[in-house]
Amino acid sequence: MALLDVTGLEVRFDTPEGVVKAVNGMDLSVAAGETLAIVGESGSGKSQLVMALLGLLAENGSASGSALFRGQDLMQMTPRELNGIRGKHIAMIFQDPMTSLNPYLTIEKQMVEVAMHHQGLARDEARAHAVEMLRAVRIPDPEERIRQYPHEYSGGMRQRVMIAIGLLCEPDLLIADEPTTALDVTVQAQITELVGELRQQRQMAIILITHDMAAVAEISDRIIVMYAGEAVETGSVEDIFYRPHHPYTRGLLASVPRLDRVSDEELQAIPGNPPNLQDLPSGCRFRDRCSQAMEECLQRPPLWTTGGGRTSRCFLPMEGGYIAAAEGPNEPGEPVETAEVRDASAAGPGDKRREGAA
Amino acid sequence: MTASAAKPVLRVQDLAVTFTSVSGGVFSRKERQLRAVDGISFDLRPGETLGVVGESGSGKSTLARAILGLIPANRGRVQWMGEDLTGLDEEQLRQKRKQLQIVFQDPVASLNPRMTAGDIIAEPLWTFYPNMERLQVEERTRGMMKMVGLLPNQINRYPHEFSGGQCQRIGIARALVLNPRLLICDEPVSALDVSIQAQIINLMKSLQRKLGLALIFIAHDLSVVRYISDRVMVMYMGQAMEVSCKTSLYRRPLHPYSNALMKSVAVPDPRLARRLRQESWLTGDMPSPYQRPKGCIFHNRCPFKIKRCEADVPALRRMESGDWVACHRAEDLDLSI
Repeated sequence: MALLDVTGLEVRFDTPEGVVKAVNGMDLSVAAGETLAIVGESGSGKSQLVMALLGLLAENGSASGSALFRGQDLMQMTPRELNGIRGKHIAMIFQDPMTSLNPYLTIEKQMVEVAMHHQGLARDEARAHAVEMLRAVRIPDPEERIRQYPHEYSGGMRQRVMIAIGLLCEPDLLIADEPTTALDVTVQAQITELVGELRQQRQMAIILITHDMAAVAEISDRIIVMYAGEAVETGSVEDIFYRPHHPYTRGLLASVPRLDRVSDEELQAIPGNPPNLQDLPSGCRFRDRCSQAMEECLQRPPLWTTGGGRTSRCFLPMEGGYIAAAEGPNEPGEPVETAEVRDASAAGPGDKRREGAA
Repeated sequence: MTASAAKPVLRVQDLAVTFTSVSGGVFSRKERQLRAVDGISFDLRPGETLGVVGESGSGKSTLARAILGLIPANRGRVQWMGEDLTGLDEEQLRQKRKQLQIVFQDPVASLNPRMTAGDIIAEPLWTFYPNMERLQVEERTRGMMKMVGLLPNQINRYPHEFSGGQCQRIGIARALVLNPRLLICDEPVSALDVSIQAQIINLMKSLQRKLGLALIFIAHDLSVVRYISDRVMVMYMGQAMEVSCKTSLYRRPLHPYSNALMKSVAVPDPRLARRLRQESWLTGDMPSPYQRPKGCIFHNRCPFKIKRCEADVPALRRMESGDWVACHRAEDLDLSI
């Protein structure tokens, strides 16, 4: 059984201009010890997705769907129950380490409190545990530095502290929202390396949220690519990087400036801008920017899969794929039972292909 | 610095900016000096692009502002077309700014939210040519919008109606509306999404070619400047570690810090990324700017340091290739990528 199993997650925001659907029917699962990356640009819904899981949506936000964490539905929990899960079983680190730490409290105070609250440790045990975690994230001289305030740490060191706080309760799942985006490149590399190591040592599952494909290449097992509130493609890290199917995924990969290739040519940009969620195009949400858009794309594209959690939502046929019965990715290894398309709008041109492929 | 016949339009010599910070109360007043830019020199030829790369705190933005006279320099000279800008008074400098323009990092924060796109772009025209006909201004504004890839019918929209990438296009149009000869771009793409970054880099490159601009392109990431630069300066704690032409820098950097920056760039290829990770990384953070290491400023993080690096400051010197480096060991290190 997966550690986290999300189905049909929707996130809505009530705004003066009407309801905005930030996440539209997402399915995902994370196995114990697995690293899942969710990649998307601003407005793709990647952050709101995890905020909804943790009950941290803004006041005008609401979520529906189910999210089973070790068999319990996070979406049905009271704030009190969620509090017991957050920090203890699921830890989260954010993009900007400075704004996530309290500038008025020493690192010691901030860490010891967490350990005492969630683990019921006595003060000196909690302190020893905190020092040990700072050592684990390779803060030099942790006995001394734990007494300092956040402003006495550099940006990279602060992010290490955030990770150390996240690890205090030895969570089963660590959610990291753009953990390296605010950091310098040399420090980014250090933090990425650290996260990779910690995951191996602690067998912890990780959800990494990022806008940068390159940043997750090294440490992810699986990737979900999101666009305008939906998953457009999912697959193993090798699938996504070496056999991308969806034109958006391919566009994202091509637009990364690379040092490992000799090229003086122009960068391949994706033309246009992501759509306004209040004014989405009909059919495929990416069609306005897609170089391979065709007439069919005015209708909702079918969801292709080859099983094993590999999917792509596009009219272009997927090699070896068939159209998924359900709208979301399937459990790894679980066979797809029927070839029924649930969403009526996905029928049509996709129908014919399905007959051929299935 | 490279062999080229054209005379430089911009010549920066030994430019230095020091900030003084004051702490403590009236009786325990303490002054500390922060050398943000510490003796930078380079030439820029017409139509040439210099990439400036460094981590936060390396002084690259301060350098940009000091060149434009937005921050006073403590030492050194900035010569524009043979004329020393550091000696000019405010009004003379203001007139020069027609030719020297800047684009800032945060495309949304750098635009006035209460002005329309058209007014933002046209403002420099009103300022410098108050007698210009209204129609002429509007025509020029629409022309600029078209040139940077905006729709001229968006002229009356406000910044919040545009995406980040479009706001950066507005910033670029505003910077170019006076027909400058030099454009400084301070991290113009680092706040943008990856797919939009590529659009803006391509736009800058084509505008630069079309208009024959001299360009200084500042970034914290070597992979971004590669596509646009002819030469690249790598800065660390206010100093230039290396100034090399693009081809040699990306093939064989001369300075260990350039090499470290290069290896830190994430590669969008899982197998290659894992293989590169085997190699050693730069350890630690940049030291506090108030406690600058003696000798080579990079020595405490350098995997190649020798005894000499702790005592002697390496000068920026010219190698046989014509590239410049500040490292004692440049000759005997092979940092080929």
